[in-house]
Formats: sequence, C-alpha cells, structure tokens
Amino acid sequence: MNRRQTEITIGLFLIFGMLAIAVLALKVSNIADSGTKDTYQITASFDNVGGLKVRSPIRMGGVLVGRVADISLDNQTLSPIVTMAIFSKYDELPTETSASILTAGLLGEQYLSLSPGGDDEVLVDGDEIEDTQSALVIEELVGKFLFNDSSDDL
Amino acid sequence: MINYAQRLGANAIDSFATAGRAAILLFRSIIRWPSLKDLYLTYIQLHSIGVQSLLIIAVSGLFIGMVLGLQGYTTLVKFGAESSLGPLVALSIVRELGPVVAALLFAGRAGSALTAEIGLMKATEQLASMEMMAVNPLHRIIAPRLFAGIIAMPLLASIFSAVAILGGSVVGVNWLGVDSGGFWSSMQSTVDWNNDVLNGIIKSVVFGFFVTWIAVFRGYDTVPTSEGISRSTTQTVVHASLAILALDFLLTALMFGEIV
Repeated sequence: MNRRQTEITIGLFLIFGMLAIAVLALKVSNIADSGTKDTYQITASFDNVGGLKVRSPIRMGGVLVGRVADISLDNQTLSPIVTMAIFSKYDELPTETSASILTAGLLGEQYLSLSPGGDDEVLVDGDEIEDTQSALVIEELVGKFLFNDSSDDL
Repeated sequence: MINYAQRLGANAIDSFATAGRAAILLFRSIIRWPSLKDLYLTYIQLHSIGVQSLLIIAVSGLFIGMVLGLQGYTTLVKFGAESSLGPLVALSIVRELGPVVAALLFAGRAGSALTAEIGLMKATEQLASMEMMAVNPLHRIIAPRLFAGIIAMPLLASIFSAVAILGGSVVGVNWLGVDSGGFWSSMQSTVDWNNDVLNGIIKSVVFGFFVTWIAVFRGYDTVPTSEGISRSTTQTVVHASLAILALDFLLTALMFGEIV
C-alpha cells in the first residue's frame, strides 16, 4: 500500500471515530438538556422525600422544567429540604405553585411534580414553595390500611 | 527457608526494576520539545494501530450489542418492561462494555503486534543502528506509537459503542418489535453525556495509554531472541488485559461508585 492510500485510510478512520462520538452525543445521550444550562433555584420542605434523588426530574404538566439540585435535612425542623434548579426560560411560575413527589408508573422512579397556582407574583431565585405534598411510602400506606381495616371490624 | 526468602527478595527487586525501566522509557520518550515531524510519524502509526483494529472492533461491537438486545429483551419482557431495553443496552455498553471490550481486543490485536514489531527491531539490531546514526529510537519509534495508541483507543471505543447500540436496536426494534420511539427516547432521557458517555471516553483514554505503554515497553525490554519475543508478546496480552480489568474496577468505583 502506498503512502497516499495509507493517509487516506487513516483520515477515514479519524472521521469514523468522530462520527461515532457524535452519534453517542446526539442520538444516545441527552446532551441537549444537560450541561451548563441557565437555572434558578427554589426550595421546598417536605415531610418525607421517599426515593427522590439529586438530578431527579422536575415536571410541570409532564414537561421537564428542571432537576433536583440538592436534598438535605434542616437542622431546626428536622424535615428534608429539596433545592430545585429550574430552567431560566420557565421564569413565570406563580408563588402559589405546589410541589408533590410522585412516582412514574407503579414501580418507576420518583419525580417532583409542580402544579401552578393562580397568584400574579412569580417565584424568583431563593424563594420557597409553601404548599408541598410528600412522597407516598408504600409500607406506610399498607400499614394504615391494615390498621384501619382491623379497627373497623372491632 | 533462607533460599525461599532470597528468591522472594530477588523477585521483588526484579519487578521493581521492571517498573522503574518502564517509567524511564515513558519519560525519556515523551518529555522533549515536539516537532512537526513527530506529528506526522504519529499520524502514520494510526494506520497499524487504529485502522487495522477497526474491523475486529466493529464486528465484535455489532455482535455484543445484538446479544445484549436479545438477552435483555427475554428478561425484561417477563416484567412487561421491554421499553427499558434502550437504557439497558446503552448504559451497559457506554459505561462498561464499550471501553473494556474494545480495550481487550485492542490489546490482543494492536498491542501484541506492537510488541512483536519493536522486539524484532531490537533482535535485528535496528534500534542499535538507529542510535549509531544519532537517531534516538525512543523518539523515532516509541513515542509516535504511544501517542497513536492514546488517540486511537477512544475513537475505537466510541465506534464500538455506536455500532453495538445500533446492533442492539436492530435486534430490539426491528426483530423483536420493541417500539422504536420508546427505545430511543427512554435511552436519551436516561443516558447522560457527562456522567455516562464522557466517563466511558475517559476510561478508554486511560486504557489506551496503559495498553500501549505496556506493549512498547515489553517490546523494547525484550530478550532479543525469537523465544524472548514470543514471551514478550504473550506477556503484553496477559498484563495488558489484567491491567484493563483492574483499572476498570478502580475507574468505575471513582466515577459511579459514590465512594467519595
């Protein structure tokens, strides 16, 4: 094989490699909504966050509007505080917005669902959502159901 | 007893000396001012290291992806969760199988060839005659191959991953009837560029460096006989494969293990 052919095949190899990385970036991964997107942060305190994790999706009406940035326990009230990073293009959320932790499907991952309120004022960076609804923990539900059931019978 | 202790000590000194020689080889060959000539030499080395490994990498990737699609489907369909086939195939390939299997194949295909080539150069005194002509063989022979390996490995691993995911989708979507939209969209929402794809590429760069380093060192350090070359070639494949698997555990623990 002469030098020219060698160089051509190497060039093709490099192009194929770059193409493969491009396929992995665009077709396989979610590069479009990852990375350093502009966000602003709001917090909410719950009784129980269940299986919510950092980077869990935050949805409003099923649309992804942000991701959970941090989950920590407040030292005074001993209740979990969830910090949410909301994409800056959704900056019209009213202050009465309520947050609840839901499960995608019966056994799916947990996500944070926001439902809009009717207030005119909008949430800005650092605000807190007052109206929250905690995660449903299956064991607690089952326990409550059994307890109620037996107390009715008595 | 004394003899046993002596043998142990001799072995230990031997392996430390080998590691030291490998480090010296690495630093002498890469630390210096680069020139345009080096760039061209590296580029040409991509042919034997990268291009000639392409076929085996692509074919293995295709079949591994297809097997993963088939096995994943038969298990997932029992739970009615066949829409998770996309994330299953993509995550296991991009995070682990792509970098690791591509690197193992790379060690077998390109690493052994490198060792045999450099070992034969040493046995036929080509390296010594280069030094006679005031050409440093570390710069002329070793360094371009080292850099070519580091460049080729991530590209090969990415090609492996892309072909394997396509193979998985052919089996899952076209043959077994998983919904095409669900396959790709659930894959895209699960696979993260920074956490998954980029970490896989970092892994393959590390593997490429270690495999080529082991290969060129084993070739340069060989006993210059036909028996010595054959032993060095075997050692390259064995040591490189073990290094890949051990490093993979370390890197996985660092990247995904949440140990820190």
